[in-house]
Amino acid sequence: MSSKRTVQFKIYRYDPDKDDKPYMQDISVELEESDKKLLDALVRLKAKDDTLSFRRSCREGVCGSDAMNINGKNGLACLTAMEGLAQPITIRPLPGLPVIRDVIVDMTQFFKQYHSIKPYLVNNDPAPERERLQTPEDREELNGLYECILCACCSTSCPSFWWNPDKFVGPAGLLAAYRFLADTRDQATSERLDNLEDPYRLFRCHSIMNCVDVCPKGLNPTKAIGKIKDMMVRRAV
Amino acid sequence: MKVAKHTFDAVIVGAGGAGLRAALQLSEAGLKTAVLTKVFPTRSHTVAAQGGVAASLGNSTEDNWHWHMYDTVKGSDWLGDQDAIEFMVKKANEVVVELEHYGMPFDRTDNGKIYQRPFGGHSQNYGQTPVSRSCAAADRTGHAMLHALYQRNVRANTQFFVEWMAMDLIRNADGDVLGVTAMEMETGEVSIFHAKATIFATGGAGRIYYSSTNAFINTGDGVGMAARAGIPLEDMEFWQFHPTGVAGAGVLITEGVRGEGGILRNASGERFMERYAPNLKDLASRDVVSRSMVTEINEGRGCGSEKDHVLLDITHLSPETINKRLPGIREISIQFAGVDPIKAPIPVVPTCHYQMGGIPTNYKGQVVVPKDGNPNVPVAGFYAAGECACASVHGANRLGTNSLLDLLVFGKAAGETVVSDFKSGQLTLKPLPDNAADVSLARIARLETQTNGEDVHEVRLAMQRTMQKHAGVFRFNDILKEGVTKILEVAERAKSTQIKDKSKVWNTARTEALELDNLIEVAKATMISAEARKESRGAHVRDDAIDCAETPNGRDDKNWLKHTLWYSEGNRLDYKPVNLQPLSPDVEPIALAKRTY
Repeated sequence: MSSKRTVQFKIYRYDPDKDDKPYMQDISVELEESDKKLLDALVRLKAKDDTLSFRRSCREGVCGSDAMNINGKNGLACLTAMEGLAQPITIRPLPGLPVIRDVIVDMTQFFKQYHSIKPYLVNNDPAPERERLQTPEDREELNGLYECILCACCSTSCPSFWWNPDKFVGPAGLLAAYRFLADTRDQATSERLDNLEDPYRLFRCHSIMNCVDVCPKGLNPTKAIGKIKDMMVRRAV
Repeated sequence: MKVAKHTFDAVIVGAGGAGLRAALQLSEAGLKTAVLTKVFPTRSHTVAAQGGVAASLGNSTEDNWHWHMYDTVKGSDWLGDQDAIEFMVKKANEVVVELEHYGMPFDRTDNGKIYQRPFGGHSQNYGQTPVSRSCAAADRTGHAMLHALYQRNVRANTQFFVEWMAMDLIRNADGDVLGVTAMEMETGEVSIFHAKATIFATGGAGRIYYSSTNAFINTGDGVGMAARAGIPLEDMEFWQFHPTGVAGAGVLITEGVRGEGGILRNASGERFMERYAPNLKDLASRDVVSRSMVTEINEGRGCGSEKDHVLLDITHLSPETINKRLPGIREISIQFAGVDPIKAPIPVVPTCHYQMGGIPTNYKGQVVVPKDGNPNVPVAGFYAAGECACASVHGANRLGTNSLLDLLVFGKAAGETVVSDFKSGQLTLKPLPDNAADVSLARIARLETQTNGEDVHEVRLAMQRTMQKHAGVFRFNDILKEGVTKILEVAERAKSTQIKDKSKVWNTARTEALELDNLIEVAKATMISAEARKESRGAHVRDDAIDCAETPNGRDDKNWLKHTLWYSEGNRLDYKPVNLQPLSPDVEPIALAKRTY
C-alpha cells in the first residue's frame, strides 16, 4: 500500500451565518499512512478547510461526541475504519435532530428524553457506612446497559423517535431506564414503570432494531425494551 | 460586542469528575451554581479512565491508609506534600463508598463487596508485595464514575451551561477572583459569569505533546487562564508518560492489564521488567516502567520492523478473564492495534498521559500563591481541583488510580470549602472592574481581523513536535536549552494565528485558536521549569544527574527538594518548600529514601 492516498468525500454543509440552505460539498483530501479512522480523515480535512465543523473528543469511542451519519448509517467517526468505506464517503448529520451547523446537531430533545426517565439510582434507606452489597450475578445484569455513551446513534436511527421525539423516550433513554430497573440497589421500580406506562413513551418501540444495528458499543436497546415490557405485563397480571 | 452578565454564588469551570463532584457539594447545599463545560458533561475526559480508583477498603487483600500513604509519597519521589497526601488517602474509602451509593456499577467480589485489583506502585507493608487497592468497574471505571456523578447531579438539579467555553479569569486590583468570561459556542456570544467563588476543574493539557493518550479537549484551559491572570503554575516539568499507549495510535491501555497479570516483553520475548524492578516487576511505578521500556527500545531490543515498541502480553490469561475484566481493552486492541489480545500481544509504547503539576492549591482546594514571604496564601474566591490543580499529591510521579481518587477527594474538598466559606459570610460578591471582559473581547477581535497569519493547526503541530522532542521520557541539558528557545519562538507564532472561519455559529476554528493560547502557556511552563531543574526526580529524568549515595537515582534533595513555581509574565521561576509534615501530629512523616521497586 502506498503511504499516501486521496479520498473523495461528499459532506453535508450548512452555516446559518452565511448559507440560505444546506448543500452537499464534494471535497477530497490526501491522507497519511497513519490516518486509519474516519475521524483522522476529518481532522485532516479540517486542517485544509477550518470551516468544517464537527464535535470530537476522546477519539477512542468512549465519549460519544463524534456520532454522524456515514454512508447512510449512523456511527462514530473515531471507530469507523477508512478501509472498506465506499467513496465518495457521504457524511451527514444524525437524522431527525435539528442541525445547528454542518454535522453538529441540537441534541436537546435527546437529552430531555434521557433525563425524563430519572437516570439516577433511587434508594431511600439510610446510607450504610460501607458499600451496599450486590452479588456478582446481580451486578452482571447491568452489563450491556451501563456502557452507553449517549452518542445518540440509536435514537436518531429509530423511525419511532423520528416521528415522536417529544413523546417516545427512544432506545437510549429506555436502555438507561432498564439499567436502573435491573439494579438490585434501586427501589423505584414501580415509579419507573408508571413513568413509562403510556402509549408513546415505551410502547412506540416496534422492534425495528435499527438501534441494535448501529450501536457502536454493541449494546442491545431492543432487548432492554423487551424486558421493560415484560415487567409491565408481569405487574399487570 | 454586547456582553451579558450572569450572577451566581459559585461558578465551576469543567464538568469532569472533579467539577461534577464539587458541583454536587454546592447544589446539595443550595448554592446558586453554574457549571460551565465546553462538552456535554459525560464527554469529559474522566470518561476515558479505565483501571480503577484507589481506596484501602481491603476487600480482597489486607490494606490500610498508612500503606497507601507510603506508596503515594514514595511514588511522588518525595515531592508530594504529605499533609495533602494524608488527607487524600484517609478520605479514599469515604468518597468511593459514596460513589457506590450514587449507583456506580462497581464489579463485585464473591461476597458482594467492591472488586479491587492490583495496580502499579501500590503495595502491602511499605513496598513489600502488590496489594489489590484499585476499585474497578471492568476496565471502564472512569466511564462508570463520570456517568454516576452526572446522574447524581441530574438528581440534585445542578445548572449546567453545556458547550460554553471559559475564556479568561476575572480578577480585581487586589487579585481577588470574581468569576470568568465565557463564550457560548452555539452563538459565539461572550458573557461574564460573576460569582462569589470560582472553582476550576478543567483537567490537564496532555495535548501539548504530539503523542498523547489525552482527548482533543485536553488543552489546559484553566491552567492557561490562571497563568495569563498572574497565578503561578507549580511543578509543570513533571509529566507522566503512561507505559502502555497503543503504538502509533496513542490510545490508552490500562495498567489494570498488568494488574490482571499482563507481562511486558521485548523482541526476544524476555520479561524485561524483572531486571529493572525485581520486586514489583511489571507493576512498578509508571515512570520506572516507561523508562525501562525506552531503554529496551534504545538498546535495540524493541519489537516490530522499526524496533520501536514493546509487547504487552495477556495471551496466558483465560479468554473468560479477558472478556470479564478487560472487555474495553480487547475492543481497543482490535480497533486501534488490529490485534485480538486473546491471541496475540499488544504493541505498546510510553505515551504522554497526565500532568502532575498545575494550579497550586492546598488540601482544602484553595488556590494558594506566595505573598509577603508566605508561600501559600489563598487567593480570595479561587479554588481548583483535579488534574488542573497541584495539591500536591502526585509530586514528581502519580500512581495509577490516584487520579480518580484525587478528583473525588479534592473536588469534594473544594466544594466543602466553598460551602463553609459561603455560610460563614466570608464570600461576597465584589464589584466587577469596568474592563472585566476586555481581554476576552480583544482575543475574539484579533481572530476576526488577523490577516497573513499562520494556521492554528500548523503552530499547534510545531508546539507538539517541540515538546515531544525536547521534553520527553529522558531529558538532556542541551536539548532542553534548545527546547526553551524553540518553544518561545512557537509562542510568538501563536500570537498571530489566523482562522478562515468567521462564522458566529459553532466556530470550532475559533475554539481551537483559543485553546492554543492555553496550550502554549502550559508548554512554556513545562519546558522552562524542566530546563531549570538540574536533577532527576520521578518523571523528570536528566542524563546528567548522577546516581550516587548523595544523589540516589540522580535525585538531589539538598538542592531540589522544592516545588517549582513558573510565572507567565517574564517566564519567571520561583520555588517553595515541599511539605514533609503530615496533617495529623500523630502521623510519622515518610522519611526520604532511595526509590526502588
